[in-house]
Amino acid sequence: MHPLWQKAKVLNINFNRFFMNHYETVFILNPVLSEDQIKETVKKYEDLLVSKGAKMISKENWGLKKLAYPIQNKKSGFYHLFEFTVDGEVVHELETEFKRDERFMRYLTVSLDKHAIAWAEKRRNRNKKSA
Amino acid sequence: MATLQQQAKGKKDGEIRYLTPLNIETNKTKKYCMFKRSGIKYVDYKDPDFLLKFVNEQGKILPRRLTGTSLKYQRKVAVAVKRARHLALMPYVADLLK
Repeated sequence: MHPLWQKAKVLNINFNRFFMNHYETVFILNPVLSEDQIKETVKKYEDLLVSKGAKMISKENWGLKKLAYPIQNKKSGFYHLFEFTVDGEVVHELETEFKRDERFMRYLTVSLDKHAIAWAEKRRNRNKKSA
Repeated sequence: MATLQQQAKGKKDGEIRYLTPLNIETNKTKKYCMFKRSGIKYVDYKDPDFLLKFVNEQGKILPRRLTGTSLKYQRKVAVAVKRARHLALMPYVADLLK
């Protein structure tokens, strides 16, 4: 834990609004998993995030997509996207969990700046309209 | 024997003279940065079809001198393409991409 964070806890100051950043995670799940297993995995990581104090903004399921190149000798994968706000330290924990979990073929977490947030919102509205 | 006389007058002997002026086609339309022109502020790595414009047939990122993108957005395009590659949305190496 960051020393400043500890200090904030002692002083009982809510530093969350300074440290809470906007993140977006895309991950690819192994295509050999069944529907239920995928749902379970996604749920597990969502719960993990929420339990660490994250605020989920959106979830997207892109479904089974063809990969541009084979990963672990697989030619397709289940794409999922999370958008959330959390304290930066949690992202680290999340990524170590991803790394340990063999159901994950790839993952990428990026922090979003103000333009990216605006774009994400626009994208969401567009997806909602088309759905 | 006009040419010989001209040479004698002091014209360079290697000079090539054409009867009609050569028509070398040059691109008169100036290149522009499409991000600046259309007001795109964020380059999305999740949209491989869009990023395909900034990549050649082998999947290599095209230089600014060919696409006309401004430096600010070229950097963002490069990052976006690399992210898309990591997530297997775009290939690292390809051929006949287009």
